[in-house]
Amino acid sequence: MRPFKKIDVQDIEVLRTFVPADRFFVDNIHPDYSHDEMMIYGKKEPEVVIQIKSAQEASNIMKYASEHNIPVTPRGAGTGLCGGCVPLEGGIVLNTSLMNRILEIDADTMSITLEPGVLLMEVQEAVKNAGFLYAPDPGEKSATVGGNVMTNAGGMRAVKYGVTRDYVRGLEVVTPTGEILELGGKVAKNSSGYSLLHLMVGSEGTLGIVTKIIMKILPSPKKMTSLLIPFDSLSSALKTVPEIMKLPEVATTIEFMEKEVLDDAQEFLGKEFPNRNYPAYLIVSYSGNTQSHIESMLDMATETAMKCGALDVFLSDTAERQESIWNARGAFLEAIKNSTVEMDECDVVLNIDQVAEFVDYTRECSNQYNVRVRSFGHAGDGNLHVYICKDELDDETWKKTVEEVMDKFYIKAKELNGQVSGEHGIGHAKKKYLEDSLGETQMTLMRNIKRVFDPQGILNPGKIVD
Amino acid sequence: MRIVVCIKQVPDTQKVKVDPETGVLIRNGIDTKMNPYDLYALETALRIKEKTGAELHVISMGPDAAKAVLVEAMALGADDAWLMSDRRFAGADVLATSFTLAQGIKTIGDVDLILCGKQTTDGDTAQVGPAIGEVLNIPHVSWVRKLIEADEKGLTVEQEMMDSVAHVRLNYPCLLTVEKGIFEPGLPSYLKMKEARKKEIHVLNMDKCDCRDAKRYGLSGSPTQVEKIFEPTYDLSSVRLDKTTEENAQALFEKFVELKVIEGGK
Ligand SMILES: Cc1cc2nc3c(=O)[nH]c(=O)nc-3n(C[C@H](O)[C@H](O)[C@H](O)COP(=O)(O)OP(=O)(O)OC[C@H]3O[C@@H](n4cnc5c(N)ncnc54)[C@H](O)[C@@H]3O)c2cc1C
Ligand SMILES: Cc1cc2nc3c(=O)[nH]c(=O)nc-3n(C[C@H](O)[C@H](O)[C@H](O)COP(=O)(O)OP(=O)(O)OC[C@H]3O[C@@H](n4cnc5c(N)ncnc54)[C@H](O)[C@@H]3O)c2cc1C
Repeated sequence: MRPFKKIDVQDIEVLRTFVPADRFFVDNIHPDYSHDEMMIYGKKEPEVVIQIKSAQEASNIMKYASEHNIPVTPRGAGTGLCGGCVPLEGGIVLNTSLMNRILEIDADTMSITLEPGVLLMEVQEAVKNAGFLYAPDPGEKSATVGGNVMTNAGGMRAVKYGVTRDYVRGLEVVTPTGEILELGGKVAKNSSGYSLLHLMVGSEGTLGIVTKIIMKILPSPKKMTSLLIPFDSLSSALKTVPEIMKLPEVATTIEFMEKEVLDDAQEFLGKEFPNRNYPAYLIVSYSGNTQSHIESMLDMATETAMKCGALDVFLSDTAERQESIWNARGAFLEAIKNSTVEMDECDVVLNIDQVAEFVDYTRECSNQYNVRVRSFGHAGDGNLHVYICKDELDDETWKKTVEEVMDKFYIKAKELNGQVSGEHGIGHAKKKYLEDSLGETQMTLMRNIKRVFDPQGILNPGKIVD
Repeated sequence: MRIVVCIKQVPDTQKVKVDPETGVLIRNGIDTKMNPYDLYALETALRIKEKTGAELHVISMGPDAAKAVLVEAMALGADDAWLMSDRRFAGADVLATSFTLAQGIKTIGDVDLILCGKQTTDGDTAQVGPAIGEVLNIPHVSWVRKLIEADEKGLTVEQEMMDSVAHVRLNYPCLLTVEKGIFEPGLPSYLKMKEARKKEIHVLNMDKCDCRDAKRYGLSGSPTQVEKIFEPTYDLSSVRLDKTTEENAQALFEKFVELKVIEGGK
């Protein structure tokens, strides 16, 4: 409970005993621990960093922390985009990235059991090598799976396969008071009371520390082909999306992008994109097991796109071609970041038939406030990432502009019945917008839930709810 | 202006598999694709076409199935496609392959510029391009990694020469073989692909060639005898030489002699 206890020499003496010396840091804490990927939301240094390797270690630390009212902030790879892993109140940062073992790939139950620190790229590779598919595909491959579960990360394949939540079957969790819980398991379904499991997923480290994860894996489709579809405007591209969604076969991916962002990506990567000269694009991918099956999907999508005003339809059907378009797509965030001195992000999710209206609105705001706005995103999920770039603006104008423009974005999203975050989460950066969006009753329920798990409020204080 | 790009269909695999008994390439069940280097040659041609309004033809020597890569080339923007297919062309070595392709190019007629990939991913010799240039008796430059200028009269190109870089100006007619990365290859248009499948591909046999001497084509036109085809073995081992320069040089010399890389004592 605030005010939290500052960590003193005695605390350090005890905390030290929970892990070997090489996993305990006090004076030599790496500066990266004070922020995630969005430094615009501010930095805060932890007093102690502990790298844990087991649930028992986490439990010992949490027991001590709750006895002494010390705040604890869980952290994975720190690639979050809303300040989720930043220790706003100082205290302990509990890093789970050394818990990085894949414990089992079980083909009989089609599940994988792993520790939270395994990186997304490692789990994708391991599951692929076993002949299966790890379906969630968030953009940042060096994030930890624990971080993905805790933010309910989305990604490129959500149109067909859904988001991280849809694959979590079981979790081992250490509660703020130090209890170790087993939630769910390998079972494929579960109607046994309130789902604490799903309350935990997406809780951004505010309800418990995840120390083991069981996830569903899928049979791997043999082939994946993408269409790159150019349009004369982003708005006509986005209006095509609902039509493609209606087709009898579900696309794996539907992404949108604009020429300006592509130009940033080409410059950032120092590599040409395999297609030039069109103002806007959709990337639509299909996966399947035979060439003829995929071709029938491509035919339908092509016909639909042409009816909706596509200017052409390009085929990305080889490993080299897929790499050239997906590398560019994967670099968008970093490329925009690289193109300016500072930026702020909005990750709203809308009904998919309203994305076009929202993007037009961001354009209007950009003109009205004379500030550069860029966007790209998951058109098939209605989830877009809009960036406001500082560029030449002086600090004062920037602060004022970004606040006003962001407010307008979130108000508009609410008007359209959208939600504050599609996949990046709330952290501390989006709290204000969450309150405005959900209203008092829902916020009170959330606060009460937080209190049940964490009566003292020591776990990741200042995130999602206060 | 008229450009011809030479395109070969190759197995779609990183490693070429060879039947250990017969020494023949295992092609069954393996997907095929356009030789990756030829995508760069085609893209280079498309950029020149964009600037000069040239007419773009593609040509391939191979079986009927090789039509697939010609269709793909048309989906990428080629105007017209030619397949050189004839039983009498079978078993061709580099000499006969280049001779045959040169005949095809003559049949197309009035060609100003010929573009080839640097090499293929199956045969891998990197000789066909320059050899076509020799048969046609026109200037040719290999390993082109950058197109500096293209106009109505000719080209200025940058050539990668291992330890140096050359800038070369050539007038048409001429031939280039291009490196990977000269331009980023574009994507085929799915719409053009469907059109191209219906479009006629000109098929050339020996009777449609300028030279009708069967001894110049296929196996009979091939002086090279391939004794054996086998999978390369990669048994890398390294030896570290860390004495004085003189001692190292002596040790290296002895090792080379031992491995019969050079002859000793002479
Ligand atoms: C270039 C780039 C692209 C991205 N693309 C996507 C994308 O496509 N989709 C998407 O959804 N996100 C994306 N992200 C955001 C980010 O990668 C995800 O939010 C990711 O899930 C964060 O994982 P992490 O390991 O870095 O977690 P961190 O940033 O370290 O932490 C994230 C949150 O999870 C909590 N947490 C971490 N580990 C644990 C644990 N073991 N127990 C309890 N709580 C824990 C933290 O307290 C924090 O609240 C992208 C980020 C970047 C930089
Ligand atoms: C199964 C098999 C058996 C063979 N048997 C013999 C043999 O008995 N004797 C022998 O001497 N050689 C043999 N070869 C080698 C064969 O001659 C070469 O594959 C052929 O000459 C092409 O050479 P390359 O692939 O090395 O082309 P490269 O010289 O590496 O190709 C350079 C460029 O030339 C063009 N090009 C090459 N081939 C063609 C083509 N067919 N059509 C259009 N453009 C083309 C392309 O632009 C290509 O990028 C055999 C090859 C195979 C795969």
